[in-house]
Amino acid sequence: MHIHRLEKVWLIIGVVMLFIFLGVLGIGAFAMGMQPPTGDHTIDPEKVSETYPFNNPGLEQIGDNEYNAYMIAYAFGFTPAKMEIPLGAKVHFQVTSPDVIHGFQITGTTVNLMAVPGEVNHYTYTFDKPGEYLVLCNEYCGAGHEYMATTIIVK
Amino acid sequence: MTATAIQASAADNRPFDAKDGKLVIAHLLVAFTALLIGGIAGLLQGLVRGGMIELPSELGYYQILTAHGVLMALIFTTYFIIGFLYAGISKTMGGKLIGIASRLGWAGFVLMTIGTILGTIMILANEATVLYTFYAPLKANPFFYIALVFVVVGSWLAGYGIFLQYRYWRKTNKGKISPLFGFMAVSTMLLWQIATIGVAITVLFQFIPWSFGWVEKINVMISRTLFWYFGHPLVYFWLMPAYIAWYICIPKIIGGKIFSDSMARMAFVLFIVLSVPVGFHHQLMEPGIAPIWKYIQVILTFMVVVPSLMTAFAMFATFEQTGRAKGARGLFGWLKKLPWGDVRFFAPFAGMLVFIPAGAGGIINASNQMNALVHNTLWVTGHFHLTVATTVALTFFGVAYWLIPHVLGRQLTPKVNKLGIIQTIIWLVGMFFMSASMHASGLTGAPRRTAYTTYGDHPDSVLWMPYYVVMAIGGTILFIGVILMFYNIIALMRAPKGDASTVAEFPIAETAEEAEPTPRWLERWGVWVGLVIVVVLFAYSIPFGDMLINPAPGSKPWVTW
Repeated sequence: MHIHRLEKVWLIIGVVMLFIFLGVLGIGAFAMGMQPPTGDHTIDPEKVSETYPFNNPGLEQIGDNEYNAYMIAYAFGFTPAKMEIPLGAKVHFQVTSPDVIHGFQITGTTVNLMAVPGEVNHYTYTFDKPGEYLVLCNEYCGAGHEYMATTIIVK
Repeated sequence: MTATAIQASAADNRPFDAKDGKLVIAHLLVAFTALLIGGIAGLLQGLVRGGMIELPSELGYYQILTAHGVLMALIFTTYFIIGFLYAGISKTMGGKLIGIASRLGWAGFVLMTIGTILGTIMILANEATVLYTFYAPLKANPFFYIALVFVVVGSWLAGYGIFLQYRYWRKTNKGKISPLFGFMAVSTMLLWQIATIGVAITVLFQFIPWSFGWVEKINVMISRTLFWYFGHPLVYFWLMPAYIAWYICIPKIIGGKIFSDSMARMAFVLFIVLSVPVGFHHQLMEPGIAPIWKYIQVILTFMVVVPSLMTAFAMFATFEQTGRAKGARGLFGWLKKLPWGDVRFFAPFAGMLVFIPAGAGGIINASNQMNALVHNTLWVTGHFHLTVATTVALTFFGVAYWLIPHVLGRQLTPKVNKLGIIQTIIWLVGMFFMSASMHASGLTGAPRRTAYTTYGDHPDSVLWMPYYVVMAIGGTILFIGVILMFYNIIALMRAPKGDASTVAEFPIAETAEEAEPTPRWLERWGVWVGLVIVVVLFAYSIPFGDMLINPAPGSKPWVTW
């Protein structure tokens, strides 16, 4: 099949760029730990508040300025609300939902994960900057969706 | 001198078959009615989020949002596509639809319309405020899902009609290569058939039994994965007909020829094979899918950029070749030779230009780490208002300006042409304001699919308000564009009748001389379907199999609105 010389040049440039992008993504994800949120951890959505670790939501210290944060996204709020985190803490979020799918986004950070009933989602973030961060639900979940928010206070 | 693809250029001057014309017009009228109602919904959304109006208590924001998504991204698109494809296959593959194709086209129309009406009633009755993605475990009235089944099965029937017309043409033209329009129409409906299997399985075997109460729980990740198996190729179902107009009609409109018949077919084959195994890039932020599989599907997503790169090259090559053949000089002199004042060219060309930022945004969305910043924000909404609501929509509008009068034996008058240019410019201005603000506010976290709120006056949220105001202004301008388009459609329907020299033509370009004839293996559909199956199994069997073998606990129904 005849391909015009200039088209070959164009496509080669395009494909090379795509591969460079894929390389950046791949190295970022697999070598530098910048993976998207993930979880291989299931839970019965009807028993969330009785099941470890969500029977005790909130921060659990596991190291020097390192914590697990167990949070529940429900219609229409987050537990615990207004959580306080020490500045510089490395936080491993574990989030689930006892009802419908919710989003869990901390604006101004890379924390943006889906809270799916039946599953626990995991994501790690280090809070280097102090402030009162807005946590909001960005996946439609019903009539109160636009009110579903809380804050995380880092100081 | 080598044989080139035989185009039905002689058929341009034949009047369009009257019976087939009714089928085409029926589809187009439903499409533009859906655009109008969906446009009213969109206007209300923009004004509500901008803090300018409050909805009456009988109407919910999320209800309107559901209507907007369904009417614009499912009804307007599908009906227009089927109308356009049927017009093209009637025109280029025999001059008239064979009996079975026409009957299937009408059967499909009836089923889809029953589904559309039923679905709209459910949405207006607040029984299906689940948005157009209807994610579990939000549970709508079972008749909403049944309505979706009618729409999808209707579209399958339409596809079968197209396959049968194609088969008829091949049997009566043995040894000849198929007309490009027919090849591309078959590719489009083949992709659609493969893609809709996912949504059909989840709706028929999960949502319907669960919403009737015959089954207690639904596995949420399985339903999402089946939906997004469908949801990404859906956008190529929209894009391919726009590309058909670009590859086949635009060269004729500008007085040129198709740059390369073979490469055009190659691009469509690549879409068939690569559009499907990429759904995970819509699920990057979800649990239950191993990171390696997310990355593999991201790689495949980037591969499906290639046929769009090919299309971009072919378009500009056509423009330049045509311009130079008309005597243009210099590096960019050919730009002046393009018919800017002809809405049949201007609207689709505007769509092409917008596809540059639109496609770039798509690449960003598919990138793991960047997706974390933009997932479920207004950035995504900004992106798809460029891709489907500008590139595809303006191309479809540009097609309507000649398709409607051609099919009815009428003229595209200078007055309507002028109104079309104005409508296109209004659309671009409105979309610029609206989409730019969506992208900017989304980048700082402004959520999509959310009614008016200030999140308790949190500083981040207060900063989004000015963007929402600009979005409302852009949306209002776009609504004026919708009204004008609807007016233009009516004007086209009532245009003066034409004779053989004044009737609007159905522009079908011939191919420029190619160095080699189009290879026949491009038409070996069995090979392409086989390849799709292989790639889909590769991309999905392990992660999806894992969901089936180690299922998460299911969810009971929730009605949270």
